[in-house]
Amino acid sequence: MTDHIVILGGGTGGAVLANDLADRLDAELEADEVRVTLVNDGPDHVYKPVWLYVPFGEREPADGRRPLDELVDDRIDLRIDRVTDIDTDSQRLRMRDKTSLSYDYLVLATGSTLAPDEIPGLAEGGHDYYSESGAETLREELLSFTEGHIVLSVIGTPHMCPAAPLEFVFMADDWFRKRGLREDVEITYTYPIQRVHGNPHIAEWARPIMDDRDINVETFFNAESVDPEANRLTSMEGTDIDYDLLVGIPPHRGVDLVEEAGLGDSGWVEVDQHTLEAENADNVYAIGDTADTGAPNAGSVAHYQAGVVGRRLASDIRGRPATATYEGKTLCFVETGMDSASFVEFDYENPPSPVPPSEKIHWAKLAYNESYWLTARGLL
Amino acid sequence: MTETDIQPTETVDARGSACPGPLMDLIGKIRAVEPGDVVLLLSDNEQSLTDVEEWTNEAGNELLAVEEEDDHYAFYVEKA
Repeated sequence: MTDHIVILGGGTGGAVLANDLADRLDAELEADEVRVTLVNDGPDHVYKPVWLYVPFGEREPADGRRPLDELVDDRIDLRIDRVTDIDTDSQRLRMRDKTSLSYDYLVLATGSTLAPDEIPGLAEGGHDYYSESGAETLREELLSFTEGHIVLSVIGTPHMCPAAPLEFVFMADDWFRKRGLREDVEITYTYPIQRVHGNPHIAEWARPIMDDRDINVETFFNAESVDPEANRLTSMEGTDIDYDLLVGIPPHRGVDLVEEAGLGDSGWVEVDQHTLEAENADNVYAIGDTADTGAPNAGSVAHYQAGVVGRRLASDIRGRPATATYEGKTLCFVETGMDSASFVEFDYENPPSPVPPSEKIHWAKLAYNESYWLTARGLL
Repeated sequence: MTETDIQPTETVDARGSACPGPLMDLIGKIRAVEPGDVVLLLSDNEQSLTDVEEWTNEAGNELLAVEEEDDHYAFYVEKA
């Protein structure tokens, strides 16, 4: 009998896992004891961290996009298709073309989607750098922006890359200073809770930097609506902010399939935060943004979780107890300007402690972004 | 802490979520319900004791009651 592992989603988690399994299960793949299928609804793998740099003219969206068939090992069956239904009882996926695909093990790595329509006026009045098209449009706005009020509003969590909103305002501050425009540009940052970041240690580190650099802060600000004609952002708490350029971090959701399959709310799969096994179905794992673990929605998390699930699946396939667990490991570089950055490493038990920003760490971040393609190939 | 017979319109079970998960879950649910509706938040995070009250005060919603159960807290919040 051949065990069939199906990975749904070809982002960081899915690509890393596919290549991990190709290597780890080499003998079993060779002997036809197992086969691995990676399903993605498009031909490309997209490395989203590139988008942060697009509005500042530092990168192009194409820099973050490569064909999956160039990244994924030849021993993996790559299927470009869209899944329309997950039946966890019969362990079967229905595809868009009405065919079906059965699995013995399913790994959901479907990631985040943006839901700007949940906030009236946001799609019309706001810009973002959480999509290729959003980053490109924001670039056009930012490059011609010479005076006025930029408001970055974090609208709901979880969202991809929790550090990126801080990075954006730090970079914008530095970018306008270096161009001699900062005195004419006011920058305001809003956050839903009583501090500037969900993690209290990162918030405690970031707040003094924001104060030093004249970045206005509005906390307990949950955007309720945007009036694109009046250029006004209104919060649930009753605060209005007038803007000239609104950069919104839109509400995020997982894919509908997850909720329809009864695996979790809002597209996030309820999992054991250590084993990454779905709570509501057998033989189903989730990794990356899709897994509701409480860990950040970050590429490093998806990367480490893919390694854990790869080891657990190999144990399952070989009939051994699965002992590998995810302990919340997260690594993030945090840009603090156009040529300086900090770095944090933390897990479920050990909180982050950002290191002093330096140019070296900034270059380390850019170097990693270039070498990311080795990560996607399972080599780094 | 009081025993209450308030009937919530919606319940958010955020037990097991780390800070600020419970507060964000509450805010998300308050966003979705109608004025006058009551949301019951279940949280086992101690930080919720201060987070929830601070936010409800800030947003003008009313924290009707907080109950201490065996292994979690129950917050009843009415949307203004």
